[in-house]
Amino acid sequence: MSSEAPQTPAIEDPQIGLKLIPEQASEYAQQVDFLYYALLGISGLLMGILAALVVVFAVRYRRSLRRERGELIAERSGRRLEIGFALLLCLSFIGLFYWGSQLYLHLYSATDADVTIDAVGKQWMWKFQHPDGTREINTLHLPVGETVALRITSQDVIHSLSLPAFRLKRDAVPGMYTRAQFTPTRAGTYRLFCAEYCGTDHARMRGKVVVLERADYQQWLAGKVDVPDRAEAGAQLFQSLGCGACHKADGSGLAPALQGVFGSRVKLADGSEVVADEAYIRDSIVEPQAQLVAGYQPVMPSFSGQVSEEEILQLISYIQSLGQSREADEQ
Amino acid sequence: MTSVVYSENEDRHATPEDYLSGGWSIRSWLLTVDHKRIAWLYAVSITLFFFFGSAAALLMRLELITPAGDLLSPESYNRLFSLHGIVMVWFFLIPSIPATLGNFLLPMMVGARDMAFPKLNLLSWYVYTLGGIFTIAAVIAGGVDTGWTFYTPYSTLFSNSAVLAAAVGVFIVGFSSILTGLNFVVTTHTMRAPGMTWGRLPLFVWANYATALIMVLATPVLTVTLLLIGLERTLGIGIFDPALGGDPLLFQHLFWFYSHPAVYIMILPAMGVVSEIIACFSRNPIFGYTGMVLSIMAIALFGFIVWGHHMFVSGQSLYAGILFSFFTFLVAVPSAIKTLNWTATLFRGRISFDAPMIYALSFLELFTVGGLTGIFLAALALDVHLHDTYFVTAHFHYIMVGGAVTAYMGGLHFWWPKLTGRMYSRGWATTAALALLIGLNLTFYPQFLLGYAGMPRRYHSYPDDFSILQVLSTLGAGVLALGYLLPLIYLSWSLRRGEKAGPNPWDAQGLEWQTPSPPPVHNFRETPEVNEGPYAYK
Repeated sequence: MSSEAPQTPAIEDPQIGLKLIPEQASEYAQQVDFLYYALLGISGLLMGILAALVVVFAVRYRRSLRRERGELIAERSGRRLEIGFALLLCLSFIGLFYWGSQLYLHLYSATDADVTIDAVGKQWMWKFQHPDGTREINTLHLPVGETVALRITSQDVIHSLSLPAFRLKRDAVPGMYTRAQFTPTRAGTYRLFCAEYCGTDHARMRGKVVVLERADYQQWLAGKVDVPDRAEAGAQLFQSLGCGACHKADGSGLAPALQGVFGSRVKLADGSEVVADEAYIRDSIVEPQAQLVAGYQPVMPSFSGQVSEEEILQLISYIQSLGQSREADEQ
Repeated sequence: MTSVVYSENEDRHATPEDYLSGGWSIRSWLLTVDHKRIAWLYAVSITLFFFFGSAAALLMRLELITPAGDLLSPESYNRLFSLHGIVMVWFFLIPSIPATLGNFLLPMMVGARDMAFPKLNLLSWYVYTLGGIFTIAAVIAGGVDTGWTFYTPYSTLFSNSAVLAAAVGVFIVGFSSILTGLNFVVTTHTMRAPGMTWGRLPLFVWANYATALIMVLATPVLTVTLLLIGLERTLGIGIFDPALGGDPLLFQHLFWFYSHPAVYIMILPAMGVVSEIIACFSRNPIFGYTGMVLSIMAIALFGFIVWGHHMFVSGQSLYAGILFSFFTFLVAVPSAIKTLNWTATLFRGRISFDAPMIYALSFLELFTVGGLTGIFLAALALDVHLHDTYFVTAHFHYIMVGGAVTAYMGGLHFWWPKLTGRMYSRGWATTAALALLIGLNLTFYPQFLLGYAGMPRRYHSYPDDFSILQVLSTLGAGVLALGYLLPLIYLSWSLRRGEKAGPNPWDAQGLEWQTPSPPPVHNFRETPEVNEGPYAYK
């Protein structure tokens, strides 16, 4: 690794060996592999039939034999063959389509996670933030059996968080939160890549996921320096940025109270309505004038550039901790 | 206009009859409006770019022999794969079959004297060349490191490389494909000889016609998208960068709205070539002509509504993803029918294995592998795992190199006697065709395995465990290089030394074979009349 700049740390790739089917570190990984095997079977069969036909025809009907050729397939039977083949394909495709879509929806839109972990991509590292405030770079520690939702974003260009052992990948897009949910079922050390090309050291933007047994995980946690948890860090930030001067809890301030806002429907000044989800709260911090709440003056300055992506996520956690709206609870 | 150019040079050669003997002065080439000569201008230009792009690929393959990034710096590696993609897509693959074989053959196949707009045809080559100059300028200015996809906001605000020069190059070359497309569409509609009904058009013409429609309809979107990149990069107008209030996914939608149909720009003409070759060398009419035509048009149409399958993991709406997945499965059906029909055309044929046929049968294998692995990527959950890995690289190289380039080589060998009036060495041609088949599989098959194992694309260094497959792939690239260099040598040699081919050495059907080789300036001595369908092989 001679050509690399001296300050870049060495990459410790997990020593796994070459596995054509990567480790199945979750049940979901197993299910995706079933789909893979099914497709391998179908394409193997089709490829085999094609190869056999071409070889048989090539030998049997080679020109050097100088045989009289028989009748060609009549146009009508030919058309039936085409239509039959197309229908057969359509049928099997509908099955495969349904199968792939089911798994996809579960991976990206399931909402029954035990914890939400933030993943922020940045040229060229991955930063993780646990709910308890623990932060890691290029390494993610998780306990076996806990369902994790990743809340992914980027602070510069587009990256993509790829965890092959979990058959999981999701782009980290600046200005946007993407999600993916998974449950590690096997302890071990697994690969972590950036899969979307993101500039010079894209190939070095890799790390590892360390899945620990519960006891080991507790031990790992105990070894960490005590830090305020994510929502608490958000509360401190809320204080130090002076947000509370306007966002008063009793609603008497220049800006709306934030209690119970998360997940609720908010009426905007232009008459439209939005759900106050993570994306909306982020936008309101970065670009407060864009979607102004009805009945309030556009007095809030933009905090773009003053708070990092992790800090915005802390603020979101804090606002979330102020209580979900009743609507969100019902969902 | 044509006759003026030739009459000036008439005294140099005894027979001004065929289009080549009209003169070899630089002027007679650079000012020609003869579609056959313009085809040669394109052939020479795209060959230069092809070897330029291949050299970049070879350097990348050498770097990847070892897991550590030791041969090239990351900056150089990133510039090489960007250059490779930009050059191969826009300066080789997109013009390849249409601008060379299509230019040469389309008017002949419909029984016309030239294209509908001969001067526009020449202009399109100049536009192509201008675009090429900008691209080379971008390389000289230090290269571009965005990948051929120019994803924002990396390309607009983060990259320090010559993005603008490269984008201008691609912007310009787009107009060249629009002009070529326009010419093909109008020529097919208005210049057909008496009796050449739509139902009698060779599939090569149908394929190039469909391609031309895509060129005219999709390319302007790319043009506008590149313009927007320029605006954001130079003036800081927020279109794609969220920091400026833009939307990075908008870029991907616009880019793939062009670039997915562009895949069909590259593969449809290849399908046309293969149809001609398989019919000729099995001496059978093509199986299911109507089905083939419908498939071609269906692919061209459905090609426009599958772009979102490049964005399954990007953060676009999940339900949009599901819809795009469905359409992607759908677009595979007409391609599968074509494969069925090519195979069925062999049935009860009288098959011979000259070089063009070896290329065509290789195409059948490579295209089918490429197509079937496309089904893997259409299935949403599998795509999530495979997206941006070597599996995708392998898949599209099977289609683009295994499909489009192999068919181009097959077409070149099939029509070479028509283009030049000479035959090449059959032994060497067979060797080259087999080298291509073996080299391609050896290069790209291991990449499927790398992909499922999880290795991402565009990696300059990688975990040690993947190296054995990378080494195999590099070995394959060596064999593949042989498959491309050999034809360069024996085809050049045949230009002067090859034996005379005669008008129809393959005993093939089609109007282009019913005129001398090389063809006269105006293609036919008399306007041909057509009274039967194509592929009347008996």
